[in-house]
This record gives sequence, structure tokens and C-alpha cells, in this order.
Amino acid sequence: MPRFNVKVAAVVIPAALLLAACGGTNTDTEGAASAPAASSSEIRIDGSSTVAPLSAAAGELFKAENADVNVSVGTSGTGGGFKKFCAGETDISNASRAIKDEEAAECAAAGIEFTEIIVANDALTIVVNKENDWATCLTVEELNKMWAPEAEGTITSWSQIRAGFPDVPLDLYGAGTDSGTFDYFTKAINGEEGASRTDYNPTEDDNVTVQGVEGAQGALGYFGLSYYEENMDKLKAVEVDGGAGCVAPSIETAQAGTYAPLSRPLFIYVSKTAAARPEVLAFAEYFVANDEAITTKALFVPLSPEQVTAAEAAVAGLK
Amino acid sequence: MSVATNWSIEGKNHEKNFKSIIFLGVLWLSLFVAFLFLIILLVTTAMNGWGRYDMRLFTSYNNTTPADAGARAAILGSLFVVSVTALMAIPVGIAAAVYLEEFADRSKWYNKVIELNIQNLAAVPAILYGMLTLGILTILGLKNKNVVIGGSLALALLILPVVILTTREALRAVPQEIRDGSLALGATEVQTVTKQTLPAAIPGIATGTILAVSRAIGEAAPLLLLGALVFITYDPNGLLAGFTTMPIQIFSWTSAAQEEFKQVAAATSMLLLAILLSMNGVAIFIRNKFAKRW
Repeated sequence: MPRFNVKVAAVVIPAALLLAACGGTNTDTEGAASAPAASSSEIRIDGSSTVAPLSAAAGELFKAENADVNVSVGTSGTGGGFKKFCAGETDISNASRAIKDEEAAECAAAGIEFTEIIVANDALTIVVNKENDWATCLTVEELNKMWAPEAEGTITSWSQIRAGFPDVPLDLYGAGTDSGTFDYFTKAINGEEGASRTDYNPTEDDNVTVQGVEGAQGALGYFGLSYYEENMDKLKAVEVDGGAGCVAPSIETAQAGTYAPLSRPLFIYVSKTAAARPEVLAFAEYFVANDEAITTKALFVPLSPEQVTAAEAAVAGLK
Repeated sequence: MSVATNWSIEGKNHEKNFKSIIFLGVLWLSLFVAFLFLIILLVTTAMNGWGRYDMRLFTSYNNTTPADAGARAAILGSLFVVSVTALMAIPVGIAAAVYLEEFADRSKWYNKVIELNIQNLAAVPAILYGMLTLGILTILGLKNKNVVIGGSLALALLILPVVILTTREALRAVPQEIRDGSLALGATEVQTVTKQTLPAAIPGIATGTILAVSRAIGEAAPLLLLGALVFITYDPNGLLAGFTTMPIQIFSWTSAAQEEFKQVAAATSMLLLAILLSMNGVAIFIRNKFAKRW
């Protein structure tokens, strides 16, 4: 018996503690090296998953110049991000829409003052299947007919959208209700934030929309411009007529604001308490000063010169 | 008795009638379908990740440029979180199982309730453990919930029932005679457990706990609920540090716009699979090598 136990222990204990040992040594050495800096110079960012690549890109470029500052980015969604932000858990909140009054009130109640900084533009792109040869331009009214809460269960075919469209079943893909994209789209198309038919395929993962729209002739979906640019070979973008003629989504039209009403600004919200820390302030300044490089790296639309001026003024207000 | 059973099975096997052939065919087909899907999954994932099986995967942090992205923070995060999970869940789980199996009076109602609930807990959806942990961390007054200790606590709660159940099975497999013999020779109950029963059950316990820990490595849901980060450029450097794990990183990459991120995600998936398979391999090795037939 005793010999057997020794053999067992010789194998079992290292096996069970193998991971513990690896993880332990690694983290110990790293911890010793960076522990003093890590606690004080981490910039915590959370919020919209749409804006996350932007903040991540900014974090990468910023870290290249400030090696001792760590930037971490979470994706709790615009609303979820504000909850954490107003609880003082994060320094900066990513948002794909402006903060709501009740969210601002929550922050105020918690004593969190903040500044809104515009960091990029995005064009919510309406995409259809490659084989869809009838819809090249849709008016806002037509999109509203398609997505309005009243359309639920009744608008099921393209022929109901415009006379002359074929009788192909309508298969809709859109953003999940937690996302700022959903809030923005419903406000722009249906006039009221959050008002939407519910019998569509909601997803937080835009690649699901890509696959869905690619797979059905009558499918239609919407997402940020970068997803369209990456999937141009699989999908077709629809021009949108907001009252001033058909406009195709592009960097130029989004920046100029002519791609209305679906071009939207993207924001970061910086806590004034956090901005008292030099690295947070430096990060916000860096973000605006290098906006073009950051937006290009993350496949977004850079700010227009006027927007840059506004963003610079907002950052100056943080000091 | 066993001779009689063998005989009757053989007898049926020799009856190659139509029905039994159909039945056998259905069984083979089921196995084939299950196996086919596994192979397709493995091969497509392996192929999707082709070109990214290099050192960058291990040495680079996540990056918004897919070509520069690596899983370093995720790999270290997974190992760290799971190590802490194991340190929390295994001792508690084994101790609980020893109590229930060796000391508890099964006729008492509270022991029956505990027993029933542990079996139910093993079937609770993972996300509920995330919510429970979120509540615990809030009560503890922890400002940031997406920290290593939080993730580990969620995963430890998740695997605790599995550890308890498998340890109990292993203890139950130790013949009563071992205990009786030990007690008869004058050992106390505690000595019997620590010197005889527990060592004899170690192969079974090790197998079960390794499988439980490998479940923890692949879990993402409770960690996502805690708000695990997706973009980190430092190694997890303490129990209160932010972290990301491999499943979360894979999840985040697959929803990125750039096609190349799916390649990194696939390569990381294969790495995760390799870790899981080697852990399961260790478990099987221990079982085959040290399992005692009484």
C-alpha cells in the first residue's frame, strides 16, 4: 500500500498542480515587475462593442508611447457600460449613442461628472442579398414600413414595401435590443428609440447578420460600415433616401453628414474624476490628436475638421 | 450467475435476424453521425486557423490589426483563473465529499437535503453561477467585478458539485473491507479516512477533478456576465487584476468585422482544444494506470 501511494502521489500531485504552478510562476514574476505601476496606471474602458475596436486601437497606439500605462477594454454594451461608468467602476465609457437623460441622472446621483467626446463617425449600412436586384435605394419611409412595430406579422413580403417589388419573403436581421446600434436605428427609422417590430432575427454578433443576409434572397439587415466593407464580396449595400435623394454609405458621405439619417457619431465619455489622473487625461488628448490614425486602424470614419475642433474643445474642458 | 448472463447474451448475438441487423445499423449510424460532426468541426477549425499556428499566438497581446493579434493575455488568463479555481474548488469539494460519504448520517433529513441539492446543483446553467458571483462580489463591496478572483469564484462554484459527486463515487468504490480492516486494527475513523480510504480513492478523485477543471477552462458564460474584458495588453498580475480567458477572446474575435480575426479565433480554438484533450488524456492515463480493481 505505501509504495502504491507514493507512485500515485508522484503523478497526481504534479498533474493537479501543473496549471497552478505554470500560472503561479508566470504571474508572480510579471506581478513583481509591474505591480507598482499596474494598480495606478490602468485605464479601464467599457461600453459599446461597436466602439470597442476604436478604444482598443487607441490603447495600442497610446501604449506604444506610454509603456507603463495599461488600457483594458470591455464590451458590456452602451447601456451596460454607462451603468458601470456611473458606479465609478470605469474611467471611460464607450458609447454608440449619446447618453440618455436617465443615465446622466444616475451619474449625477453618484457624483460622477463626465465629458462627452466625439471620436468617430459610422454609417449604419443597410445590406441585402447579392441576388436582390430590385432594392438599390430605399427611402426612410420604406424602411420604416419594414421595421415599424406595426409591421409585426403583417409586412412579410417585399411586394408590400413598394409597388413593383417582387413577392419575395422579407427576412430581417438587426441588432439586439441591448445595443446602441439598435437604439440609434430605431430612433432614426421609426422615430422612437427602442420601437421596432420584434419578429426579426436579433443578434449582438454582426457576423450572424452577414451570414443570414448572404443566405436568403429576400434578406435585409443593418450594421456598421466596417462590417460591410469587410464583406463587400458577399453583400450589397442599399442607398438610403432621407428626403434629399439616394445616398450610398461611404466614408465621405458619413463624414459630410449627407448619408442621413443613418450616419451616426460615436463617443467616449470621460469621467472628470478619472481625468484628474494624468494618464487618463493624456489618453483622451491622444485619442483626439491621433483620431485619423485610430479610426483608420479600426476601420471607422474619421472626424471632420469641425468635429475635431469640437472634440479638442471637449478635451480641453477636462483639465 | 455471470456465466448464465454471458450465455444468454451470446445466444442473442447469434440470432442474426432482420430486426437485430436493423437495430445494429441504427446504432452504427448514430455513432457515425456523432463522429462525422466531430471530424468536420475539427478539420474545418484546424483549416480556418491555418497560418496562425505560430509563436505570435503565444507571445502577442490582442491587437486591432488581426495580423498582430495574439492570445497571450487570454492563455495566461485562462491558466491563472483556472489554477485559482482549482485551488478553491478541489479542497472544499473533496472535504465535502468525505464528510457526506464517510461521516454523514444518511438517515438525518438535513444530510438528505444536502445530497439532493448537490445533485441538482450540478445541472444548474452556468450563467446562474455568474449571477450568484456578481451578487457575492457586490456584497463584498468589490468595485471591479471583472477580476481574477471573481472569475475564479464563479468557476469554482460551477465545478464544485461535479468535484463532490465524482469524489463520492471514487470513495464509494473503495470496498468496505478496507475501512473495516483499518478500524479493526485500531485506527481511528480520521486515520482510516486519511491513511486508507482517501489514498485508495485518489485515482478516481484525480480523474473526476481534472475533468471538472477542464470544464472550467472551456466556460465563457459566467465570465461574460461578470464583464470579462476582451482587450487587454498586460498579463494578469494579481487576484484583483482584470483578465480575459481563451473562450472569451475567441467569442470576441468571431464577432469582429475582419475575416482574419476568425483565423486567429480558430487557431486559439485549436489551442484550447489541445489543452482540453491533454487534460483529459492525463485523466484517462491516471485512471488506467492507477485504478485498482478490488
